Amino acid sequence: MRFALSEDQKMLADSVANALADLSPLERVRRFADAGEDTAPDLWAGLAELGVPGILIPEEHGGLGLGLLEAALAAEALGAAVAPTPFLGSAVLAPLALTLAGSDAQKAKWLPKLAAGEISAGAAIAEAVAGGRDGAGVEARAGKLSGKALFVLDGMTADLLVVADAKGGLHLVETPPAAQRMDSIDATRRLAEVAFKDTLAQPLASNQALERLRDAAWVILAAETLGAAQTMLDKAVAYAKERRQFGRVIGSFQAVKHLCAEMAAEIEPARALVWYAAYAFDHAPEEATVMAAHAKAHLSEIGRFVARTATEVHGGIGMTDLLGLHYWFKRIGQNRQLLGGPEKVREYAARAQGLVSA
Amino acid sequence: MDLTLTPQMAAFRDEVRGFLEASRNTYENGQPRNARDWQAKLIEAGYAARTIPRQYGGFGAEPDVLKARIIAEEFIRANAPRGMAGQGISMLVPTLLEVGSEEQKRRWIAPTLRGEIIWCQGYSEPGAGSDLASLSTKAVEDGADFVISGSKIWTSTAHLAQMMFCLVRTEPRAAKHEGISYVLIPMDTPGIEVRPLKTMTGQAEFNEVFFTDVRVPQANVVGGRGRGWFVANTTLRHERGMLGDPNATEARLGQLIELMKTESVGGERIIDNPIFRDRLMQLQARVYSMKFNGLRLLTSAVTGESTGLAGLVVKLQGCELNHQIAALAIDALGELGILYHDGPHLRAKGNWQRSYMFDLGLIIGGGTAQIQKNIISERGLGLPREPSPAKV
Ligand SMILES: Cc1cc2nc3c(=O)[nH]c(=O)nc-3n(C[C@H](O)[C@H](O)[C@H](O)COP(=O)(O)OP(=O)(O)OC[C@H]3O[C@@H](n4cnc5c(N)ncnc54)[C@H](O)[C@@H]3O)c2cc1C
Repeated sequence: MRFALSEDQKMLADSVANALADLSPLERVRRFADAGEDTAPDLWAGLAELGVPGILIPEEHGGLGLGLLEAALAAEALGAAVAPTPFLGSAVLAPLALTLAGSDAQKAKWLPKLAAGEISAGAAIAEAVAGGRDGAGVEARAGKLSGKALFVLDGMTADLLVVADAKGGLHLVETPPAAQRMDSIDATRRLAEVAFKDTLAQPLASNQALERLRDAAWVILAAETLGAAQTMLDKAVAYAKERRQFGRVIGSFQAVKHLCAEMAAEIEPARALVWYAAYAFDHAPEEATVMAAHAKAHLSEIGRFVARTATEVHGGIGMTDLLGLHYWFKRIGQNRQLLGGPEKVREYAARAQGLVSA
Repeated sequence: MDLTLTPQMAAFRDEVRGFLEASRNTYENGQPRNARDWQAKLIEAGYAARTIPRQYGGFGAEPDVLKARIIAEEFIRANAPRGMAGQGISMLVPTLLEVGSEEQKRRWIAPTLRGEIIWCQGYSEPGAGSDLASLSTKAVEDGADFVISGSKIWTSTAHLAQMMFCLVRTEPRAAKHEGISYVLIPMDTPGIEVRPLKTMTGQAEFNEVFFTDVRVPQANVVGGRGRGWFVANTTLRHERGMLGDPNATEARLGQLIELMKTESVGGERIIDNPIFRDRLMQLQARVYSMKFNGLRLLTSAVTGESTGLAGLVVKLQGCELNHQIAALAIDALGELGILYHDGPHLRAKGNWQRSYMFDLGLIIGGGTAQIQKNIISERGLGLPREPSPAKV
């Protein structure tokens, strides 16, 4: 038994992080956010060279054929760099929907293109997982979808949409209707509103596929938040070693040191939780939902603590657009609410272990 | 990551289950009927003192993360008591294994493992708590002996112990950290007086210990004269691991879940109250985090990788979590949660209140939460040490 990353997994995480250092430095993130870009093809193409879009796609369809733990490591690196990519929709949710519930023809048609990063996919599952807001919800009838979906992940530029209907059935929309951007705090991850009106859709034979998609998305969001939180801690520690007040570096003040220690003490054990939740998704299906839910909710909680605390350690400059710490702050804040805030997600954790009476 | 059970490991799990099933009559409610017999049985089967060499009275197995995990999990599942813990087994024994002489290992480890010798830890003094290295209990050389005078405080179980591992100042002219030695002292040596201190739990968990011209052979020094600070830090590492033990925390969470499923208020089961359920889930995520962090540490102990922050945070996080679990249990019980000592409505013998108070002591003992944060920020994050205060 080993509870540790393998050499291959460490190499994968390092290579994604190294690639992102070049592809997605803060200036690139800032340009995406400030110029209102919906997609950053340069980033996705760069990551495609490493095979990232196809990380979960079986080798026979041109992917790397790896598991959710590897995907979570990539997501951690993406969160650490607040990289604007369609990873969740294109590399996780659509590939999983197709491999779990797609026909051979659907797989053959779409998976190779997704693996190559040639097309991107979005996922409209927010209502089915977290409940509809403002009248949102999608009905399926005779191969057609109607209604609207909010908070569509990676939906702005999607060539392909995975849509969950109100009954939890999954559908593939090959010609998605035009999407409206939903402006949110996190300008590095675009969310969309999509209205369906007799939109042609192919049903995905979906026995529990929605649950699997939801669990995977929770783990990936948790991993992203972990990466973002670690970056915020690293930046706070680096700043505390360099900024001087009262003739000393601020990192020699216990009030500041202890804030940093508290952040580290929260992050480090949570890393093991994220690893296990990702591992359980592939290897311990009976625990998958409980662990995914815990990872999502717990990282949301400690992410919030780290986001505000790391900002506080920076003093006034922490608030500035110029420093850019806010990109991580906002990514963490956004991930917290997507696909269910912690209260909702913890209720899933309780339900999945039989602690909620019928 | 590889946590799959090979057929061989599944067989090992069945073996542990079989053992626990067969010994069902020897324990009850997580307590052994006879602690020493249970301990002997566990060592013989390899479920206690598992990796301690046979020649010192252990089971002598190679360290194996998965087997250790399987044992822990099966014992939790069966609500069966683990082997004896306490300062002798969990702190002194590993310290002797690391730095003790052959003679010391042979003499002390086996009877300690069997539960025949209870040890106490004589570190803290009235003037030396967090700043332990400022301790002043002195040991003066006299022939083959040391003659010890001074006092210790907060010494857990000193009123029950046969032996103490103790820090004394043997080299008064050496620098603060270099003048200390680690000595083993029989508690029945003339000149030792133990005065129990009653704590907020109502029991005397710790003591004051006074030394007046207490004579101890120099051969009882562990790790060499003047090396006590180094040896003590070895012990403290083991103490922090013991205090933050995630298996104990997980077992406690299991008891809390049971409580919430069985207790009702006004006809509503506590687990059916969404607010309490949510609080439970928040703690469960933390318990799992510590559990998996523990597996990560076990793995690095075997592969020899450095554990860094993952190890440094265990005492701080684990002790706080235990305290929070007891706090939720008390809240879930509501008014029943304040009952104590005795009475027909008392739940779990008042153990949740006792834990809630005692666990606060463990947040303080073994290096306070603040000292842990100093260690995490200095050793783990590389932040500067606290500058020495100006002399006043
Ligand atoms: C239940 C229990 C059992 C114990 N058992 C034993 C035992 O068996 N053997 C033994 O030797 N000792 C034992 N102790 C003693 C324990 O190790 C000390 O209480 C502990 O190290 C703190 O020392 P102190 O009590 O003198 O508090 P102090 O050191 O006086 O601390 C008081 C407060 O000041 C803070 N503080 C002190 N220094 C710093 C600093 N540098 N930075 C920030 N904050 C600081 C502390 O965090 C604390 O909040 C036990 C204590 C308890 C509560």
